[in-house]
Amino acid sequence: SGIMAGKVKWVTDIEKSVLINNFEKRGWIQVAENEDWNFYWMSVQTIRNVFSVETGYRLSDDQIVNHFPNHYELTRKDLMVKNIKRYRKELEKEGSPLAEKDENGKYIYLDFVPVTFMLPADYNLFVEEFRKNPSSTWIMKPCGKAQGKGIFLINKLSQIKKWSRDSKTSSFVSQSSKEAYVISLYINNPLLIGGKKFDLRLYVLVSTYRPLRCYMYKLGFCRFCTVKYTPSTSELDNMFVHLTNVAIQKHGDDYNHIHGGKWTVSNLRLYLESTRGKEVTNKLFDEIHWIIVQSLKAVAPVMNNDKHCFECYGYDIIIDDKLKPWLIEVNASPSLTSSTANDRILKYNLINDTLNIAVPNGEIPDCKWNKSPPKEVLGNYEVLYDEEMAQSDGPERDPRGRSGQSTGAKGSRARDLGKPALTTWK
Amino acid sequence: AMLDPDRGLSLTIARVVQRLQGSSLHSQLERQARVSLHKPEIKLESLKEDIKDFLRTSGWEKKLQNAVYSELNVFPLPCHPAAPPEHIKEPLAYMRKAQGSWEKRILKSLNSMCTELSIPLAQKRPVSEQKELLNKWNEMGTDEPDLSLFRPVYAPKDFLEVLMNLRNPNYENGEQPSFRNHLGLIQVPLKVKDISELKEDFSELGLNIGQLGIDDSAQVPPEFFENEHVRVGQKVLAEEDSAAAQQYVRQGCPTALRADLWALILNISNQPEDILYYEQLKSNVIQHDLLVDSLIYKDVKLTASNDDYYFVFEDYLYQVLLCFSRDTSVLEHFTYSSATPPKSYIQGKLGMEEYAVFYPPNVNYNSFILSVAPLCFLYHEPSKLYQIFREMYVRFFFRLHSISSHPSGIVSLCLLFETLLQTHLPQLFYHLREIGAQPLRISFKWMVRAFSGYLATDQLLLLWDRILGYNSLEILAVLAAAVFAFRAVNLMEVTSLAAAEAVLADLSTLKVMPLLQIFLFATVT
Repeated sequence: SGIMAGKVKWVTDIEKSVLINNFEKRGWIQVAENEDWNFYWMSVQTIRNVFSVETGYRLSDDQIVNHFPNHYELTRKDLMVKNIKRYRKELEKEGSPLAEKDENGKYIYLDFVPVTFMLPADYNLFVEEFRKNPSSTWIMKPCGKAQGKGIFLINKLSQIKKWSRDSKTSSFVSQSSKEAYVISLYINNPLLIGGKKFDLRLYVLVSTYRPLRCYMYKLGFCRFCTVKYTPSTSELDNMFVHLTNVAIQKHGDDYNHIHGGKWTVSNLRLYLESTRGKEVTNKLFDEIHWIIVQSLKAVAPVMNNDKHCFECYGYDIIIDDKLKPWLIEVNASPSLTSSTANDRILKYNLINDTLNIAVPNGEIPDCKWNKSPPKEVLGNYEVLYDEEMAQSDGPERDPRGRSGQSTGAKGSRARDLGKPALTTWK
Repeated sequence: AMLDPDRGLSLTIARVVQRLQGSSLHSQLERQARVSLHKPEIKLESLKEDIKDFLRTSGWEKKLQNAVYSELNVFPLPCHPAAPPEHIKEPLAYMRKAQGSWEKRILKSLNSMCTELSIPLAQKRPVSEQKELLNKWNEMGTDEPDLSLFRPVYAPKDFLEVLMNLRNPNYENGEQPSFRNHLGLIQVPLKVKDISELKEDFSELGLNIGQLGIDDSAQVPPEFFENEHVRVGQKVLAEEDSAAAQQYVRQGCPTALRADLWALILNISNQPEDILYYEQLKSNVIQHDLLVDSLIYKDVKLTASNDDYYFVFEDYLYQVLLCFSRDTSVLEHFTYSSATPPKSYIQGKLGMEEYAVFYPPNVNYNSFILSVAPLCFLYHEPSKLYQIFREMYVRFFFRLHSISSHPSGIVSLCLLFETLLQTHLPQLFYHLREIGAQPLRISFKWMVRAFSGYLATDQLLLLWDRILGYNSLEILAVLAAAVFAFRAVNLMEVTSLAAAEAVLADLSTLKVMPLLQIFLFATVT
């Protein structure tokens, strides 16, 4: 009671300074898990317990947590693909123009995930696809792991015989979800800069799934491989060439601790505009926003839209040499470890802006609030998609319309009044 | 002696004609003229006029115009028919002498490094090594040779010391009252512009004129300036007019047009013979090993590899710089530079010109490297990147590394900076001087690197737009003064050089165009 009464009580099981410094600077009070808390920044293991049928507990109105109960619908590689495939089929069934296909049967607007199969379940389907293009390379990823662990590349069926043998045994094989793999067509024509491969890490905050309201952090970054990219098959085993995860690159001989092999997204934009032109660059960034929103729409129907929850995702995107972006995966617990000084500043600000949106005014939350923060608190976030606003704009608006703004090097732009936006959703 | 303008003009024409004769443009024009003979509109009775018309309508006249314009931009006007070549390099004797001594010092340092390390300045590479280098050409960054014994030949502050000690022996301090009161580090009385002259020269940066870097910010609707400016830029490119491009970029380049606009101004078209030339340089690199290669290597590792923006292009930097140090066509520019490059020969081939290599005056490659790196944001084709860099060097950057009286030379820039500061921010200037923090000690490294490595890349490119647009480096000195003006409040509170350095350590958030505009046009003088 007294002065402490109004202060937010926080708990976390992730000992990272970028988090703790943010809590402390708001004057919040640290408490233990078994005490009354208002804000819990939890790891994905903990969220499982909180919402599990056996051990879970009811959250009260003044408690919020940083994960949705079944976030894995988006953040597990196999479930993400499954949900997107389901979403596409649904749109196709209802005759939506979004599900339009081209003459080769590929989705025009929704082909943003590389061809993927689950193993061992879809092994035979995979083999069929593999044989259509026997010189292709595929990437094997364990469903439940992160940081590039357990990933390897294959270009021969013999390399994954193990999964075929298992699928052929008819008796019940208990596949613990940890051993399940996804196999995806490897993008062997990534866009290279300075001869090096890179991927994009973008942060997306979701405050509610129904209606969908999401924000994109303007300060994403590119992660470069330290070694020159080569599609040569002799280097398939060299993870320094292929995997951009910092956790892997950190151990390379050439890893640099000053810039950490990262570029800001605005650098990328400057480079692309200068070397490729403005239209194709705008189109690329537009497509990136599009695929993020589509991925969220795909899982929205199956997400438990618990009002105590918000989530900050780490989206990994690769751009190919035709400037097409591909969604590789979504991380529920993007790393809060800082590899460089710049990194630390970025992540500190990320958490700061996230908390400003998720916990309005830094006061004890009421999960029943409308989750519509005023523009001033967005910080480096900008609205990516606001379903409520998009719908309320009336019938003359394109139902696929967004109320987001283009994320450029300059940040938000004043909207042209009355004129159609130059870069539009398809 | 003053030159009769007509005489000067005919001398200039003669020189330009002499330089363009025998160039590939010349042979192309001849070829075009010959081809045109088959065309129906070319009539025998009006042959000369018809061919001229044809060359105009087909765009070849424009190419010739661009080439002439380029020559005029790069080479200085002749001073007097009887002027000896040294005077074209540098009219002031004491400057020539100082540059000569500086070069001797550098060469001595290089030679002693060779002796210490028992490495010749230049030698032929064994065949196995050649093969290896060829394979690794695109990823020299992954090499880890032992460079611990190589040290930079000199640091920027060594060069500054030399400049500080320049004196005109014919000059008595007491004579010019304006200079008598000069309290900066540079003590030679070169003529530099004052604010009103700068305002005139840089009139396109005025408050009422649209600028990229100011009027294209997120808060400004693009209809006000940006859209129209882009349209004009596209038109300039379509017309392929170097002079128009140079005028245009004074208001900044749209990012998507910048690469082409710079190439147009520098008259770089990346013809097949240019690509072939680059490939020849590359094969020179493969075949011969130079001592400076190791210095280049070491300096790239120290600078670009650690830079937030440039690390990605590390490999391109090796390629460009290794080729550059074997490019004897760069020697041409030394006729108008105060420098005389030390020449060496591949070991065992003394005196044989085809085995000659030269050492550019700035063997401290830090500055070099940082002047190549921003170009990697614009050009990713190696031979084009190379040519653009070489042209930027022979037009501008070489003046930052040699001692001369030229208005864009580093000595003048330093003096301009100090004069601007002392005249318009006298309190700040005196304060910093009092605490042992002479402003030039801090700003020197910015200017000598044309701000590369200090500004954010997009800001740096906006600054270099104006260098090209005004064909002068004076803007570097103006920006340096503007930065001090911007941080004046904090600087007034510091009490040591180290603290002053700290205030000015991070320029990465600065927006250059507003700073320049305010300093030139909105500061009460």
